[in-house]
Amino acid sequence: MGTDTGDAIVVAEGIRKRFGETQALAGLDLTVPAGTVYGLLGPNGAGKSTAVRVFATLTRPDEGRATVAGFDVVRESREVRRRIGLAGQHAALDEQLTGRENLRIFGRLFHLGGARARRRADELLERFDLAFAADRLVRTYSGGMRRRLDLISSLIVSPTVLFLDEPTTGLDPRSRNEIWDTVRGLVADGTTVLLTTQYLDEADQLAQHIAVIDTGTVIASGTPDQLKATIGGRIDVVVDDVAGLDEAARALAVLAGTGAEPDVDPVNRRVSAPVGADTLALPDVVRHLDHAGVKAVDVGIRRPTLDEVFLTLTGKPAETSESTEPGRETAR
Amino acid sequence: MSAPAVSSGLRTGLSDGLAVMSRNLLKLKHQPGQIVATFAFPLVSVILFGYVFGSAIPIPGGGNYREYLMPGLFVMGTVFGVMGSLTVIAKDNGLGVMDRFRSMPMARSAVPFGQTAADLLVAAGSLVIMAACGLLFGWRAHNGVGATLGAFGLLLLLQYAVSWVGVFLGALAKNEETAARIGPLIFPVTMISNIFVPTDGMPAVLQAIADWNPVSAATVALRQLFGNPGLPTGDLAWPLAHPVLATAGWSLLLLAIFVPLSVRRFRTAGL
Ligand SMILES: Nc1ncnc2c1ncn2[C@@H]1O[C@H](COP(=O)(O)OP(=O)(O)O)[C@@H](O)[C@H]1O
Ligand SMILES: [Mg+2]
Repeated sequence: MGTDTGDAIVVAEGIRKRFGETQALAGLDLTVPAGTVYGLLGPNGAGKSTAVRVFATLTRPDEGRATVAGFDVVRESREVRRRIGLAGQHAALDEQLTGRENLRIFGRLFHLGGARARRRADELLERFDLAFAADRLVRTYSGGMRRRLDLISSLIVSPTVLFLDEPTTGLDPRSRNEIWDTVRGLVADGTTVLLTTQYLDEADQLAQHIAVIDTGTVIASGTPDQLKATIGGRIDVVVDDVAGLDEAARALAVLAGTGAEPDVDPVNRRVSAPVGADTLALPDVVRHLDHAGVKAVDVGIRRPTLDEVFLTLTGKPAETSESTEPGRETAR
Repeated sequence: MSAPAVSSGLRTGLSDGLAVMSRNLLKLKHQPGQIVATFAFPLVSVILFGYVFGSAIPIPGGGNYREYLMPGLFVMGTVFGVMGSLTVIAKDNGLGVMDRFRSMPMARSAVPFGQTAADLLVAAGSLVIMAACGLLFGWRAHNGVGATLGAFGLLLLLQYAVSWVGVFLGALAKNEETAARIGPLIFPVTMISNIFVPTDGMPAVLQAIADWNPVSAATVALRQLFGNPGLPTGDLAWPLAHPVLATAGWSLLLLAIFVPLSVRRFRTAGL
């Protein structure tokens, strides 16, 4: 098995899984390089959780093959389980136990032995800033703290691959940032992380590679930059007077350089144009507009939303628009 | 870091089971309410059934109603034990704890075995409390140490069997809400029996059900072993004529069905 030479550490080949009428996975192919964060991006119902459950040996694929750290998830599931951590969509904790007790029990179930399980629990609580709440019942934890404890529960034996299924869905921005920092710290330690998310923003922040998944197959993949370049973003400019709209449109057309005609919205005195989002920085845009004599009162570069990604990639809007806005909080 | 070494199957399974068991017992520590409830249940039932109903219900062959009642209360407490494992397992399922367990290198059967072992210990504790309450209100075991221990052993066997039923139902229930809806079904099981009243006053169909209800056999078995009043007489259904054998048989039958079912369920759920 290869774990540290930049080889593929999670590989899926043509995985299919059907639940009754629903084809949850319809031939999923995936190759995750070791030592990276890999983002599986897709809307609700795309098959993200099912894919993670296949890798974590919880669900058996109908067809296809998957390996984790070189071991087959069906035939060598025991070996796989010794090398992975899983933090699912919900905080899988015992609410009637303290944070420390939760970790100790998990430690014992990872066969660390009582003393080592205790030491490891203390170590993790200290390192991930939960020591202050270690002896409180999990029932009293905030949503963010639960997620963090859940995440570190999956780190008891320093997994080779960590699967995080929508680790920040439903969290407030501050808690989300804490989780992001934790994930970054893990990769610095050499853990490979496969995370699923509905937020392009999150994948962008954390992942070196992204696979966009819809109705059970990968419809695009690459680095965030590659992906955004194919999808592009938009520049929005609001001018102080309707008279300045034409001038702003001309300036934007030059800036964007995509040959596309900018959209002009006289009611809101707004001009917007699609751009390859990674090619421009806000100061450059402002300088350029200023140079062209455009009197802008508001300028913004908008990252593409997941809806736009979908529109571009599939020609149809994402089905569940309710929960697909980037950065939007969803109730659990 | 290298993954922990795999120890031999049985030892791993045993230590995993112990970990799951201690997890359940630890929870009790944080739930004084639960412990109070464990104490309160026998006390309240002895007072409620013993004194409120007891004054109005005649006992076949005469005798003290509270002496008649205690064996049934022991059995009722035991059968209600199904709620414990049902709720815990269903809750873990709903929260995704089961998924985490199943993604770990632990023995998957450790969950049902550990759970039922914890249930058994808790049940033994509540039996002691129940017996103390009974003694306080005038109940006595009249047939000596051997028969008395035999009676408690039989109860624990029944409790262990019932606990496996709870584990299986909990695994089916998938979350706490469903479990809460399944739970009350236990009431008719205890009520359509001879715990509170003799069955010969019931309509024929109901009486047949009550006579073949394992709860009835267990109650008669305890009355016999404790030497408490109210043993049924006359032309008896087989389980009531051989109550100890029937109770043990029912328990073993439940175990033979629900142990393999549960273990299989924990190995393969979601696959
Ligand atoms: N156990 C299951 N039984 C029935 N349908 C399921 C089950 N798990 C997932 N599905 C269905 O499969 C599809 C993919 O689900 P999922 O993998 O959970 O998507 P995602 O995590 O991307 O939101 C959905 O349509 C979902 O309803
Ligand atoms: Mg999901």
